[in-house]
Amino acid sequence: MNDMTLMDKTVETQNIKIAAKDVNVYYGDSHAIKDVNVEIEDNTVTAFIGPSGCGKSTFLRCLNRMNDTIDICRVKGDILLDGEDIYDKRVDPVQLRAKVGMVFQKPNPFPKSIYDNVAYGPRIHGLAKNKAELDEIVEKSLRRGAIWDEVKDRLDAPGTGLSGGQQQRLCIARAVATEPEVLLMDEPCSALDPIATAQVEELIDELRSQYSVVIVTHSMQQAARVSQKTAFFHLGNLVEFGPTGQIFTNPEDPRTESYITGRIG
Amino acid sequence: MTDLSQNPAGAAPRKHGGSLLEKSPHTKKRNAAETRFKAYGIAAITAGLIMLLVLVTTIVGKGTGAFQQTFVTLNVELLEAKLDKKGNRDLADIKKVTTFGYAPIIKGAMEAVIEELGIETSLKSKELAGILSKDVAAQLRDYVIANPDQIGQTVEFRFLASSRVDGYLKGRVSRDSIVNDKNISAEQLDLVDALAAAGVLEKTFNLDFIFGADASDARPEAAGIGVSMLGSLFMMLVVLALALPIGVAASIYLEEFAPQNWLTDMIEVNISNLAAVPSIVFGILGLAVFINYMHLPTSAPLVGGLVLTLMTLPTIIISTRASLKSVPPSIRDAALGVGASKMQAVFHHVLPLAAPGILTGTIIGLAQALGETAPLLLIGMVGFIASNAPETLADGLLAPNSAMPAQIYEWAKRADPAFYERAWGGIIILLLFLVTMNTLAVILRRRFERRW
Repeated sequence: MNDMTLMDKTVETQNIKIAAKDVNVYYGDSHAIKDVNVEIEDNTVTAFIGPSGCGKSTFLRCLNRMNDTIDICRVKGDILLDGEDIYDKRVDPVQLRAKVGMVFQKPNPFPKSIYDNVAYGPRIHGLAKNKAELDEIVEKSLRRGAIWDEVKDRLDAPGTGLSGGQQQRLCIARAVATEPEVLLMDEPCSALDPIATAQVEELIDELRSQYSVVIVTHSMQQAARVSQKTAFFHLGNLVEFGPTGQIFTNPEDPRTESYITGRIG
Repeated sequence: MTDLSQNPAGAAPRKHGGSLLEKSPHTKKRNAAETRFKAYGIAAITAGLIMLLVLVTTIVGKGTGAFQQTFVTLNVELLEAKLDKKGNRDLADIKKVTTFGYAPIIKGAMEAVIEELGIETSLKSKELAGILSKDVAAQLRDYVIANPDQIGQTVEFRFLASSRVDGYLKGRVSRDSIVNDKNISAEQLDLVDALAAAGVLEKTFNLDFIFGADASDARPEAAGIGVSMLGSLFMMLVVLALALPIGVAASIYLEEFAPQNWLTDMIEVNISNLAAVPSIVFGILGLAVFINYMHLPTSAPLVGGLVLTLMTLPTIIISTRASLKSVPPSIRDAALGVGASKMQAVFHHVLPLAAPGILTGTIIGLAQALGETAPLLLIGMVGFIASNAPETLADGLLAPNSAMPAQIYEWAKRADPAFYERAWGGIIILLLFLVTMNTLAVILRRRFERRW
């Protein structure tokens, strides 16, 4: 890793998109997330790193209330999206998820055509008035997912027939098709080969211009390559949060340093 | 120097010494055990196959006779003097002539054919007519009422021969076996031989067995399974219309929406228990609830269908839940992730993927219900002789009827061996239905099964 390039990454002061205050998450009796405070900025890629089981995926899934689907999961504390508490009783999680899109660890296209995969979100949210508009959204999303050129001639082919990397980019296209404001990515490259990973990483960097991107990753190199801010989780605690360059070159906490240098994890 | 093949002094002896080209006693023992086990398996499969073979050959051997029937072709002069004395073709008057009034006409037709063929026989005219079915007079009367303008003409008819004559041609009845039989004599068999030689009497394929109605004890030759087949069909319609939506809705709720707590656990356990409840219990429940309490008609396919619905529901729920469970959670996550509601996720993505499994389970449940006899005993669908096919949907659901397995049971119970043959024939038809349904289920599963 070239330390100079990391240090050169500038972090401008930007709007806070998501603010988490004293978030605690419990799975039944086990305390999975402990007093996490974090502020995620707009137009920024924020990486969550940490050893397996440290709670980074759990925390990510709190940001669009995907944990609601798990019966025994309880979330305490406030998570504010644009200043509104997403765990407020009046908030419908379905509406929230349209605003906060998600890409999963394993590519999970619907077993439908490529077109229908992308068009599904806009359809259920009523984003297109007619077929022409829907076609436009699909093309725009696939272009943004950097997969348009590969699939434009076979939009009717099943999405499950694509290669792993293509499937993941299709899933990203599907996520951006609903025009979210925040994009959550849970280890999006862990099932991909290095070439596909490079493509997805490039894509993440491009997405930054329009979205606030939060990415969970096991690869520290990836965090260093794509993110501007990095949060290090350990045993349910947010140990350190700061500009990526600083975390990787000059960590304040000894645990962060140990993890980055490969001593814990 | 020491010999290299010997163990160096002090080293532990080798655990797997000896040549690989020679099997050790331990290996020999293991291999023998494996060979024995394979032999047991092959023996078990062979035993199963032999039983299946015996079953199929018995059923086919005993049942094929039911699909053939002996018919006598006669020219019948429909005498005006007997059928319409007033000669004004008034249907009310024609209907006044009972089947007894047709006996002389039938006797006359028999006498005529014997004279025409020049057969010598000492039989009286009544005995001549005895080789025909008792159903003949009714058949003739129905024809005359339907076509009153044919009175006075000579019309060619294909009449059923009596079950004894039919049995004689099929080898079930012999000259030795009729010594004490009052229904048929050796002279009549001589006549049958002569008529068969002349081609007047012949054994042909009997479509009426498949599509006809059941007949009374005295006329086994006229009995068919068609009406009870309709009874089964209407029951299956009821089962499909109730069990599929209820079962699928219950499964979707339990699998996708219900919270995990002691109540849902209880429900789950009890559904599994219901699947193991003997069907006669559902029958007595149906009798108590649907007939005694709700006063639905007895012997009605609607009630049969309701009882079988209760029986089929657990099967459908269990298979539907299994196929919902086999849809990977990543699909649900994907749908929720783009902002679909839970119901949208289920109905747009999960249910279509589970549909082949649900269909397979439903078909197997229906096949089970189709072959079920015990609950029908209790709601009066056995022992009833449905002589006419239902004409409307309401009739089909509410008019008394039987069902295929109940009809088979009924025939097997009756004294005349001719009914016994029909029971086997009914089994062939029932098995054909079941094999078809199960094959369909297998094809659906193979065709649409998705591997993840």
